[in-house]
Amino acid sequence: MSDVVEARPGPGPAGTGPGGDDGPRRSMLRQLFLRPETGSLVGAVVIFVLFFVVAGPFRRVESFATITYEASVLGIMAVAVALLMIGGEFDLSAGVAVTTSAITAAELSYQLTLNVWVGVIAALAVSLAIGWFNGYLVVRTGLPSFLVTLGTFLMLQGVNLAVTRQITGTVSTQRISDMDGFGSLEAIFASEWDIGGVRFRTVILWWLLFVAVATWVLLRTRVGNWIFAVGGNEASARAVGVPVAKVKIGLYMAVGFAAWFVGMHLLFSLQTVQAGEGVGNEFQYIIAAVIGGCLLTGGYGSAIGAAIGAFIFGMTRQGIVYAGWNPDWYMTFLGAMLILATLTNLYVKKLAARR
Amino acid sequence: MVTSVGTTLIEMENVGKDYGAIRALSDVSLTVRAGEITCVLGDNGAGKSTLIKIMSGLHQHTSGVMRVDGEETEFGSPREALDRGIATVYQDLAVVSLMEVWRNFFLGSEVRRGMGPVKMLDADGMRRTAREELAKMGIELADIDQPIGELSGGQRQCVAIARAVYFGARVLILDEPTAALGVKQSGVVLKYTARARDAGLGVVFITHNPHHAFLVGDHFIVLKRGRMNLDCRRSEINLDQLTQEMAGGDELDTLAHELRR
Repeated sequence: MSDVVEARPGPGPAGTGPGGDDGPRRSMLRQLFLRPETGSLVGAVVIFVLFFVVAGPFRRVESFATITYEASVLGIMAVAVALLMIGGEFDLSAGVAVTTSAITAAELSYQLTLNVWVGVIAALAVSLAIGWFNGYLVVRTGLPSFLVTLGTFLMLQGVNLAVTRQITGTVSTQRISDMDGFGSLEAIFASEWDIGGVRFRTVILWWLLFVAVATWVLLRTRVGNWIFAVGGNEASARAVGVPVAKVKIGLYMAVGFAAWFVGMHLLFSLQTVQAGEGVGNEFQYIIAAVIGGCLLTGGYGSAIGAAIGAFIFGMTRQGIVYAGWNPDWYMTFLGAMLILATLTNLYVKKLAARR
Repeated sequence: MVTSVGTTLIEMENVGKDYGAIRALSDVSLTVRAGEITCVLGDNGAGKSTLIKIMSGLHQHTSGVMRVDGEETEFGSPREALDRGIATVYQDLAVVSLMEVWRNFFLGSEVRRGMGPVKMLDADGMRRTAREELAKMGIELADIDQPIGELSGGQRQCVAIARAVYFGARVLILDEPTAALGVKQSGVVLKYTARARDAGLGVVFITHNPHHAFLVGDHFIVLKRGRMNLDCRRSEINLDQLTQEMAGGDELDTLAHELRR
């Protein structure tokens, strides 16, 4: 391994590698092993086969639609959180930020009797501002993002409950389904369609679109290069002129955007929001990203992996119900899977490094 | 961009640096010429780091004069130094281990195609260029897509050097490039250092190893407690004398006497 680079006596002509002009490449198998999402793909197949065998209802097309829907709501957040983790940071406020966004849109529109579009756009501004605040604090103070966003998490959790109760007297927002603009927004965020009697939801398409865009950004744009660099070695990135602060703040704002999108989906499909919702979800996003191959230390991971991670969540949650098992076991199952996924990633990486 | 061999690129005249009341460097004069390797030797704390930080724009000198291309200069940031063609390769800051070799090579100076907001990386072009440029330096990689962390320390330094050369450096400052390396890897790095010199760059080679310095150096400066202890050309000195100077000269004699049984 140590002699891959050979010192040549004189400057050799370009492209003299044994593989011809294109240069030598690694075997397909090794290339596959090097992908961050490989481990999660194997895990997804195993879990799919498991439930396909033990749970009869799991085999129905409707079940597949339900699972995919569940995966998409979690997955949109997981993709943004995966990008942030590749950039070397955490966001513990991501779960309650979804609820904050939905409450903002609902209460602003309802209390001031505005077109719901106004509330939705204001919610976007609030979500991006929360992301900016997190990013700015992390970058400026140099404190661990775990602490900074834990603070934001607690603050938002309190604000969600206190403000909602102050305004409405209860812990849920008023129904906004008869207000101006609701119809058009519902069409964007929460529409459904039938394929052969099976109900599919548009949010699944949005999810796939976000995964595709995130993957393209990561692998084919300059910003993607910077995200990997900032998470992999911040000092080196800064030394070669990468705008570290901008990249990190941008990533937090991307999480803010995703929180807004999911918040809007929940608002327009359920028509009201429970102010206590979202607590604990931040860990599900992180777990989905880690199952998908993201390193906790940053600099490595994939958006597709996070999507597969979210799909594993959906399959497990529904699969346990379809199999007729006690749903209390869901968390236990999830924890075991997280450890398994982490070990698989470790094994795969070692294997890749040894060959 | 091509400067003829022997042209003076950086000239320092009685340069000094105080950190508050502490005098880190005083009256240092040196000249960096195109196509030459200037070795700066010294023990820990001798002022080597301070000297290169002034040249690379991380710190500003407090006395004396620094001229770049004959023009009196004081850099406000590393970016300004880079823009004048002065690149520094730090031992520990060279690369991002988990990223592919070609991504590291172009990090911060990515090549893009397309227009407007949909500009994307010219990945194939960058792969090809990185492979060609490394080959020019005599570095043959099995796979330009492998994470750079899989390369040895010496190879990583070489990629960082090739990178600086490609992006138009006229002066290359190498901060202890061989300090953490074994004998064989050090040899590889020294070869690329010599090749950068042959390409017409002015090289400043920081080291505390007189053997490495003497293998490639054209000019030697020994720093001691912030002052120049020796300043001579290759023809004026041999390895033993350099080692003696570096090791502390008379102090070493005294030590040898004390240790003798």
